[in-house]
Amino acid sequence: MGESLAISAGAGPVVRTEAAYVEDVVRAFVIATVFWGVVGFLMGTIIAWQLAFPLLNLDLEWTTFGRRRPVHTSAVIFAFGGNALLGTSLYVVQRTCRARLFGGNEAGWFLFWGYQTFIVLAALGYVTGVTQGKEYAEPEWYVDLFLTFVWVVYLIVFVGTIMKREEPHIYVANWFYLAFIITIAMLHIGNNLVLPIDWGSAKSYQVAAGVQDAMIQWWYGHNAVGFFLTAGFLGMMYYFIPKRAERPVYSYRLSIVHFWSLIFLYIWAGPHHLHYTALPDWTQTLGMIFSVMLWMPSWGGMINGIMTLSGAWDKLRTDPGLRFSVTAVAFYGMSTFEGPVMSIKAVNALSHYTDWTVGHVHSGAMGWVGFITFGAIYYLVPVLWGKRELYSQRLVAWHFWIATLGIVFYITAMWVSGIMQGLMWRAYDELGFLQYSFIETVAAMHPYYVIRALGGVLYVTGALIMVYNLYKTVTESEPLPAPAPAWRPQAAE
Amino acid sequence: MPTKIEKDALTGKLTTGHEWDGIKELNTPLPKWWLYILYATIIWAAVWALLFPSFPGLSGYFGGVLGWTKREDIAREVAAVADARAPMFERIRTTDLEEIRRDPTLLRFAMAGARQAFADNCAPCHGSGAEGRPGGFPALIDDDWIWGGTLDDIVFTIRHGIRNALDDDARQSQMPAYGQILSRREIEDVAEHVLSFTGRATDAEAAKRGEAIYAEHCVACHGEQGEGVRAVGGPRLNDAIWLYGGSRDQIIAQITNPRMGVMPPWQGRLDEAIIRMLAVYVHTLGGGE
Repeated sequence: MGESLAISAGAGPVVRTEAAYVEDVVRAFVIATVFWGVVGFLMGTIIAWQLAFPLLNLDLEWTTFGRRRPVHTSAVIFAFGGNALLGTSLYVVQRTCRARLFGGNEAGWFLFWGYQTFIVLAALGYVTGVTQGKEYAEPEWYVDLFLTFVWVVYLIVFVGTIMKREEPHIYVANWFYLAFIITIAMLHIGNNLVLPIDWGSAKSYQVAAGVQDAMIQWWYGHNAVGFFLTAGFLGMMYYFIPKRAERPVYSYRLSIVHFWSLIFLYIWAGPHHLHYTALPDWTQTLGMIFSVMLWMPSWGGMINGIMTLSGAWDKLRTDPGLRFSVTAVAFYGMSTFEGPVMSIKAVNALSHYTDWTVGHVHSGAMGWVGFITFGAIYYLVPVLWGKRELYSQRLVAWHFWIATLGIVFYITAMWVSGIMQGLMWRAYDELGFLQYSFIETVAAMHPYYVIRALGGVLYVTGALIMVYNLYKTVTESEPLPAPAPAWRPQAAE
Repeated sequence: MPTKIEKDALTGKLTTGHEWDGIKELNTPLPKWWLYILYATIIWAAVWALLFPSFPGLSGYFGGVLGWTKREDIAREVAAVADARAPMFERIRTTDLEEIRRDPTLLRFAMAGARQAFADNCAPCHGSGAEGRPGGFPALIDDDWIWGGTLDDIVFTIRHGIRNALDDDARQSQMPAYGQILSRREIEDVAEHVLSFTGRATDAEAAKRGEAIYAEHCVACHGEQGEGVRAVGGPRLNDAIWLYGGSRDQIIAQITNPRMGVMPPWQGRLDEAIIRMLAVYVHTLGGGE
């Protein structure tokens, strides 16, 4: 690593004006990521058991599935995923720009506490029944306004850091992070155009109504997947995989073409969430064809991620952290193939409203988002805490296999249950009557719900192993010898 | 510009010469298969957009050269199912209920259709096995009928419902709130008398006092021995089947401030053939008269 820095230093005049990168905040974000991850996975597992055994709703309004489900989704997407994205983006942008964070420590800490406040405000609302009722955009107007402010500061900090970079080019990871930040701002504002019924009230109404509101909601919802859970995490992939594999990125050209095609196509694909609804036929067609065209642009990222390992495949055997990152890319490839398939109307007629959708989302969420984040965390913690290596590679391997098994349980159960559900809904008997009532389909899904919940237990178990391993790394691992680690700028001088 | 193009030793490919924090990039061309599939999906999308409704205009939209619309599509599918069932539906509509029950072909058809219709429309209140639910939702698998258990009684109840404001012929009855008519003591006495129908009275004297009150206020609807009066939908009180519970406290609560269930009319909502099939289905569940 020191060697490569020497090359870059030799390649041009390096003038550094600031002492070191902002790292305290990144450390805090890593801790928050792990904390919210455990909360989110645990909440998901609890509601999975509630679906299998409704008695666990406890007959209390605060503990019912309806209120806990948004706690789960927001905890994993916005709290776990969001903290991971904010933390890694601040880390990556500084290093790949060779510039201290714009706004320094103060801006970083504002982002950290601002974002945690948003999470807590949102979660309190869900549990007490304060919600807009829009999936993945449940927080009410006052939380939305607050987040908008925090997010604009994030944009300024990120762009400001890029502006004062000392590298001639902007690294591809930063393109993806920037696309994520800008588009999420646009989606968040667009989907939350609401009027509070009173400044003293938490309740608000959407400006758009009916199918227009539904379309705006899924323009938002699909691109929350596209730009939060895809573009942002691709940024993470583009830094941590080449870094960990110590190999160059497979194809610069592919990164350009797949970046722009992904950014352009994703934003149109939302209508496939509203197939066979009141949405006009022409809008549904557009949603479907854009989703299908999205297949290869998505796979461009997968190719670049996996092929970056060419020449370093043996590392998969010896480095379980990297195994997380690469398996994440494989899951990414799988879900981004499954997605376009499910967007085709004939397939959607079977899959819509079934557990298949739930399985699809979770192969992306647990496999791609979760694993790419675990890979990044296992890389970051020793680096950020100045340790020679992780406390235990064996425990990383255990985490990997247990979590992978959990995902396999989850998604196979949901495939079977979802396709069965879709087939049962449409089954006619020979006399021309529907063969199953709704409740019969629910009863048939019960065993798969139990398997799914067991998958969740495995996933949580893996995460707890990670917590232990990271804690031991921070407290017990051998520190790097002084002077400061080689990747701090002052050390390269 | 500090670029330094190198040759990657492992793959033999050239780098772009850029470097960030030690990360370099190869200048590998786009994989051919990747590019061709991307083109193929774009062509497929263009063809699809041409065939089906796709682009919006200032007024209206481009409807596609096939002239396909989802509304017509679903109407066609529904019509096909309806057409296939039409001959049997017609026979069900025009055949006497008793005759349907005796004809094996019609009965089999009716049972299959009604099983589904029951599960989707009736089960939420009456239970998936028609076992009823606590809180005033009667079981339909026993022979305790509030409004009558013949085929004609049942079909009438399904058609018009009970105590709803939507159907002029809905079955109507109203139990007065005796909490405003009788004293607490009197209500307790009547409850004792009601319990005595099933031999459960604990206070013979109170039951005796209650008998007189019962004769004055209750007998018209519930019958002298609590056998119920179907003409006015007065439920039986001398068996072990209770809509709102048969304990002393529950009986007192029901007399004081009665709860009465509502059933919607299904005429107009369900096909006449389905209603008739449901009547036959419910009749066969165990208690048909």
